[in-house]
Amino acid sequence: MEYNAMELMITLASRALEDGSTVVVGTGAPCAAAMLAQKTHAPNLMILFEAGGIGPLLPTMPISVGDSRTFHKAIMASSMPDVMEACQRGMIDYCFLGGAQIDKYGNINSTVIGDFHKPKVRFPGSGGANDLASLCWRTMVICPHDPRRFVEKVDFITTPGYLTGKGAREAAGLPPGTGPYKIITNLCVMGFDEDTKRMKVESIHPGITREEIVKNTGFELLWADEVVTSTPPTEEELRILREEVDPLRYIIGRQAS
Amino acid sequence: MALPEQVAGEHTAAEIGLGKIFTDPDPDKAREFFRTKSRVLKEKVMTVKEAVSLLVRDGDYVAVGGFGTNRIPTAVLHEILRQGKKNLGLSGHTATHDFQIMAAGGVIDRVDVAYVVGLEARGLSKAARRLFEEARVEVTEWTNAALAWRYKAAAMGVPFLPARVMFGTDTARYSGAKEITCPFTGKKLLALPALYPDVAIIHVHRADRFGNAQIDGISVSDFDLARAAKKLILTTEKIVSDDFIRNDPSRTVIPYFCVDAVCEVRYGSYPGNMPYEYFSDEEHLKEWLAADSSPETLKPFLDKYIYGTKDFSEYLELCGGEKRMEELRRLEFLQE
Repeated sequence: MEYNAMELMITLASRALEDGSTVVVGTGAPCAAAMLAQKTHAPNLMILFEAGGIGPLLPTMPISVGDSRTFHKAIMASSMPDVMEACQRGMIDYCFLGGAQIDKYGNINSTVIGDFHKPKVRFPGSGGANDLASLCWRTMVICPHDPRRFVEKVDFITTPGYLTGKGAREAAGLPPGTGPYKIITNLCVMGFDEDTKRMKVESIHPGITREEIVKNTGFELLWADEVVTSTPPTEEELRILREEVDPLRYIIGRQAS
Repeated sequence: MALPEQVAGEHTAAEIGLGKIFTDPDPDKAREFFRTKSRVLKEKVMTVKEAVSLLVRDGDYVAVGGFGTNRIPTAVLHEILRQGKKNLGLSGHTATHDFQIMAAGGVIDRVDVAYVVGLEARGLSKAARRLFEEARVEVTEWTNAALAWRYKAAAMGVPFLPARVMFGTDTARYSGAKEITCPFTGKKLLALPALYPDVAIIHVHRADRFGNAQIDGISVSDFDLARAAKKLILTTEKIVSDDFIRNDPSRTVIPYFCVDAVCEVRYGSYPGNMPYEYFSDEEHLKEWLAADSSPETLKPFLDKYIYGTKDFSEYLELCGGEKRMEELRRLEFLQE
């Protein structure tokens, strides 16, 4: 069955979410991934939104992380501090982030391009991203794969990845055992090397070559011993994604790159 | 093993907190202020125009409740522009359309940033970007949780709260936070200074004439913000009877003694979403983003919708009035 890159990315992200776990999502692809997971292998996945929505039965895709859909038939309409404090207590397993730039340690920039005091481009800033990546156990990133985004050095570290390598998060003061987990792009899925905490290609999407990945990455990637081909969405996953998760094609109708 | 190479995010403790703290975190100065704040259960109903004129002074530091395009006090933000307030500070705790309005009006000169400039998936506001890219505002970086906890510290009456976020990042470097060591565990903690805004503005579902207020749905950070603020302007969809509040006191989120003004503004969160009332007007928000892409298009837009209207009800009329509001009600209840 035919599928596009966004559908593949969402499906791969959804499969990374374990049943019975908790995940803080934003709008867009992460939300679609969490919804798909709930409707397939993870019916007991608990979705939270940073503005306070806990466990909604999402009727449609939210437009805002704080709109009324994010607590539609929820178990609780709570608050920002309540959700962030659950993260800080260690109750939240996953979070999803995006960003303008990301480096080989998974450090993310969503603040400025250029000089901080007179930036060439000003982006929104951390929002809740730094909090979630500091406190949730596993940080996932879904983003397009291009050399402007995957850079050797980010202009500004908004959100911590593994900072400068193994042990750096803990040395800096972040809770132990946390950090980036999977980076899912339109070309491949990457994890992080245990010894160096550098980004490592684990699976390559069907039809994509190593050369394309290298060409679209501004730093030297590591490669898993056995790089596999990403498993495409099943017919059932595509049906649910298209008919139940995003029938208006708000997300899956978008370009992935 | 080779030493890891230096990247921008690796800083010593001394390099954390280069940003300016715009508000005084001293709890005793705040106590002196709160000592003088009225505790009398008295009527505070007034117009938005009166509230802004009475309570927002040039140079004040302002914090806005809700979440950017959700349960925002739009009428007060418009009135701040209309009255030509200037040199305001702003807390950028998920400040999206609220920030866009303040940026368009050129009323702010300093901002604590957690999330500004963007309107989430809708795109970035060029007018808001220009403020930063032309270096027309002083900026200190934070995170959403950091600003929420700064409100909480102020609400608690303590000078700071410790947290475990931001370490190792440029966000911490350009914040006003300080690294401290936990006296019990020896762990590194980030001290977040209490944020007592001069004025907070919060839109609620209902309040009585004294300011006892109820919020339906998520409260975001407004429980603490209402308590942290020195002055608080409430706009409310509806003013309810004294009995209405007293019949179910478990629903009161904000008690009257935090409140300085109660303004009844039906559809007051428009073009934002008001949970269980009306959905956001995405068409109008698109119009805003298009208009603020250049100063040339922004001026006539602001003249039409804000400077050329006498109050919020005129703005609503220009935006389609009751008919449009009814459509947004149906959207909210998923009855497209």
